[in-house]
Amino acid sequence: MTHGTRNLLLLAPAGTWFLVMLLLPLTVVLIFSFGERGTSGGYAPAFVLDQYANLPARWTAFKNTLTLAPIGTLASLVIAYPLAYYLAVKVDPKWKTTLLVLVIVPFWTSILIRSYAWIFLLGGRGLPALLDWVGIEDVRLINTPFSVLVGIIYGYLPLMVFPIFVSLDRLDKRLLEASSDLGAKPWRTFLQVTLPLSVPGVATGCMLVFILLMGEFLIPALLGGGKVFFVGNALVDLFLQSRNWAYGSAVAVALVVVMLITVTIYMRFINRLGVNREDVSMV
Amino acid sequence: MVKKNDYISKQKFIDELYRYKRGSVTRRHFLNVTGLGAATAVLGTAVPGLRSRPAFAAGDIGDRVILATWPNYHDPDNFDAFTEATGAAVQVNVFGSNEEMLAKLQAGGSGWDVYVPTNYTITTYVAEGLIEPLDTARLPNYDASAYDPRFSDAGSVDGTLYAVPKNWGTTGFAVNTSKTGGRAMKSWKDFWDITKEDFSGRTMVHDYQLTTIGNALKYFGYSFNSIDEKELAEAEKLLIDAKPHLFAISSDYQPSMRNGDAWMTMCWTGDGKQLNVDIPEIDYVLGVEGGELWSDYYAIPKGAPHTDAAYALINFLLNPEINAKEVLAHGYPSADAHTNKLLPETLLNDPILYPAQELLSALEFGAAATLTDPNRAELMARFKSA
Repeated sequence: MTHGTRNLLLLAPAGTWFLVMLLLPLTVVLIFSFGERGTSGGYAPAFVLDQYANLPARWTAFKNTLTLAPIGTLASLVIAYPLAYYLAVKVDPKWKTTLLVLVIVPFWTSILIRSYAWIFLLGGRGLPALLDWVGIEDVRLINTPFSVLVGIIYGYLPLMVFPIFVSLDRLDKRLLEASSDLGAKPWRTFLQVTLPLSVPGVATGCMLVFILLMGEFLIPALLGGGKVFFVGNALVDLFLQSRNWAYGSAVAVALVVVMLITVTIYMRFINRLGVNREDVSMV
Repeated sequence: MVKKNDYISKQKFIDELYRYKRGSVTRRHFLNVTGLGAATAVLGTAVPGLRSRPAFAAGDIGDRVILATWPNYHDPDNFDAFTEATGAAVQVNVFGSNEEMLAKLQAGGSGWDVYVPTNYTITTYVAEGLIEPLDTARLPNYDASAYDPRFSDAGSVDGTLYAVPKNWGTTGFAVNTSKTGGRAMKSWKDFWDITKEDFSGRTMVHDYQLTTIGNALKYFGYSFNSIDEKELAEAEKLLIDAKPHLFAISSDYQPSMRNGDAWMTMCWTGDGKQLNVDIPEIDYVLGVEGGELWSDYYAIPKGAPHTDAAYALINFLLNPEINAKEVLAHGYPSADAHTNKLLPETLLNDPILYPAQELLSALEFGAAATLTDPNRAELMARFKSA
């Protein structure tokens, strides 16, 4: 077997997968986005730009998504980092596996079911009843952007914890000792050694959560009471309710483009951080 | 009213019915205390047409039949009985809107054998070639003359039968009267006005363009089905003004009404009945201006993988004895005279299930145009994203 055929065979499964599962559907979506809605719904062949011209009609959906996705990502990061740090650096090793499993346990139940539990917790007989009992009256939590944010952080937290945990866990603990031996205070060690070395994990976690949040529709529908409208919800409605495949495809293409732009800017930013890190380690 | 030899009071019957529906008592207990078991057993042997016939040997019609239908709309015991009689297991897919059902069939490869379209959608299914004409020879239990034509007409398009009636009902609103401060709630005007005032943050509307837009149109006295741009613009303004005062836009309203988060919701007959029985201060109201009257049908989609089983299931469910059990389980009225003969008079006189004639005559059937009108769809999207 020559070198070339071996490489070809190695790449064949992934290549076929990408062709069939990614490129073909994307091509269909792209073609549909230049078409028209059939008279009773669906797709009618055409080559027009009407669907793209009509994109501003879904501006609110994009605005909501582009607001709540970064906020949700940042909030997850702020909550996940200390947890991951504790799990990777501080915890007694004999408990580590158990605690890690506990982080995954929520994934054993469907997000749909867990969101319903949140509907109860945030509803009138849940937390507001408790607050009422201690004298804070008429608090309404369910079906607000706040409840959507709670659901988002809850649902995506493990996806943030794990990459950060892995990068901190692999961190060479002797570096921390060296930093301390050279007279650095703990917070300085954290800022100059631990934090820069965990950047890859943070970057991966943020990317995972952000990209998935951009396509989210279930949590806004359930915990936002249908009043908090994401691009994902717009897509569900366009394909399942108004059956406007052409316009739905254009919105989907726009979402992909928005994501490509945000992710590219984000990667640039992360790469620059990476360069800085080398500067730090050289100093 | 003919004096019947009841040995169970009307109230007691309804109590038992809902105990049974909630699963508090077994079907056997229910049929025994109500006397319905004895009644159907006697009828079953006295009327040859009602006698159960082992028409199929196991495996004749395949081992499964796939049904696309609405939530809480069947008696699971009937499906078990069907499987026992024919060897075909019933797989149920539950849907939230006619739009969603149509979208699935338009996309192709639904794999359904039987589905339950609503009156106003059938002409669209016919135009799109998505529905199979029915062969009445294979539906011996279907007696066209036994149905109230109001609720069976839509099953035929241009003289061809495509769908046979399942149940009918109305779309009104359910309101928790303990929260209204004595204000009488009678109209859609009341519904939208109180939403923007005392009920702010407590009202729910359907996530469904037909009823949500339709009942906003009724505020101004326009047709429930209007696709007139000026009228829709007024309805849109009302909806957008009301949106900050809504608790939710969702067709799953029972949980929020039950736990007290929501005080009022757009509501279908069966849900209204269920809420009213469990929480008597929740009233079911039909707006005096009108609103929706609807009927659902059984139909077979083009390309159904198990056509024999599809016919067998529809025929089975049309058997008046079985159909009566269905009605008792879900609380939606049937338009079949044979079925209604088997139902207790209390049920047939229930004001939620069978509203007064003057309220009923103000209602409109949904129109096919609303299903395919892009303006209504976009209006709904603007309302939801506002």
